[in-house]
Amino acid sequence: MAITGLLLIAFLLMHMVGNLKMFLGPESFNHYAEWLKGEILYPIFPKGSFIWLFRFVLLASIVAHMYSAWVLTIRDRAARGSNYVVTKRRAQTYSARTMRWGGVILAGFLVFHLLQFTTRTFLTGFTATDDPYTMFVKSFSGPMSFMVILYALWLVAVCMHVRHAVWSALTTLGLNTSERARGVLNSLAWIVAVLLFVGFIAAPLAVMFGWIK
Amino acid sequence: MIINLRVWRQPNAQTPGKMVAYRVEGVSEDMSFLEMLDLLNEDLTVRGEEPVAFDSDCREGICGMCGVVINGSAHGRASSHGDVPTTTCQLHMRSFADGATIDVEPWRAGSFPVIKDLVVDRSAFDRIISAGGFISINAGSAPEAHSVPVPKLQADRAFDAATCIGCGACVAACPNGSAMLFTSAKITHLAMLPQGQPERYLRVKNMVAQHDAEGFGGCTNIGECADVCPKQIPLDAISQLNRDLLKSLFKGEGKTA
Repeated sequence: MAITGLLLIAFLLMHMVGNLKMFLGPESFNHYAEWLKGEILYPIFPKGSFIWLFRFVLLASIVAHMYSAWVLTIRDRAARGSNYVVTKRRAQTYSARTMRWGGVILAGFLVFHLLQFTTRTFLTGFTATDDPYTMFVKSFSGPMSFMVILYALWLVAVCMHVRHAVWSALTTLGLNTSERARGVLNSLAWIVAVLLFVGFIAAPLAVMFGWIK
Repeated sequence: MIINLRVWRQPNAQTPGKMVAYRVEGVSEDMSFLEMLDLLNEDLTVRGEEPVAFDSDCREGICGMCGVVINGSAHGRASSHGDVPTTTCQLHMRSFADGATIDVEPWRAGSFPVIKDLVVDRSAFDRIISAGGFISINAGSAPEAHSVPVPKLQADRAFDAATCIGCGACVAACPNGSAMLFTSAKITHLAMLPQGQPERYLRVKNMVAQHDAEGFGGCTNIGECADVCPKQIPLDAISQLNRDLLKSLFKGEGKTA
């Protein structure tokens, strides 16, 4: 759970940095997209092969993450047994409480995201042959773009999940060694979550306001 | 004071229980929560009804025998005056308003079956301790204390963890029905001391295996347990358990520890 989750968060951070290349113009962004699909670790790996290894690891992480979550949930439900007539929640955060269903919602959004930008079966204002930069701009342009709102909602869900995840994963791996460490881990979780939100929403917002054309 | 109680009544593990309302009159604000229940039971006995079964022993907050969920919070911390960590026996009626309605339920967890009313079977905890919560030494005359130096900070951490009284509030409060805080308190206590080292990694494997075999849930680091813990065992005890468990994977059954 913890290890696969951290791998996925590392991917998100990388993905975020990549998206920020939108601010460097079409050439930079398109070149980056080309490099992703073809030239990572070339020439030791043949062109276009490493991306499949990369995708396999990500997919395996997602599957393993969901499987662990499923097993843990079944076990925890059984362990809880009957419910209280009255329950007072005291320490738990909204993020912690919504990890399970939040995760399911994230998986749904992810499928949509891949259909939209990777396989290009679900076209949001662009054509299947557009280059990545144009695809990005056309998807998020226009005042009060519906796509930007949907994307922001998704990001809120992602970042809530990540907020509890960073703290929880590092605790599970034994890093919460003191009261002070607890503060540090919780701060780190907030920093990663906010960084991801700001980093991902920046380019779509810039497109919506017409700063990136 | 007059207190309106809604108490979980369940004749035995097989029969389903329900909340039953009682009115308790003549409650003094200096009574402990358990003394208020005693008052109710005296009244029930006089009326020829079955008294409410609940566990208690020392009634001074150090034995871990008592424990009920009060207004949805284990040991009633949420109701306590000044929001202090407490055991049920150390919660006093001055924490409640005159005429208040109070819900009283037993610890609920799959591994804590109800025996009767508010009494649950916590023998799963004993089996977790039997699985490794000890050190194997030959008893005899006590050795000179200074022959085995213990750094102050480690001694403090061991002592803080050792204050766990095994009441089960952590399990009662955990949304996952996990006993990780209880198990990790013993792991941390012994892992901090020189005497605990020889069996350190075998202990963590065995105790976690027993914890899981008892049907307790897995920890998702939510933190409800540490909040209601009357002895304030910190969440970092669980991280210490995880750390030792990870290390134990690289030590053949802990023999090389």
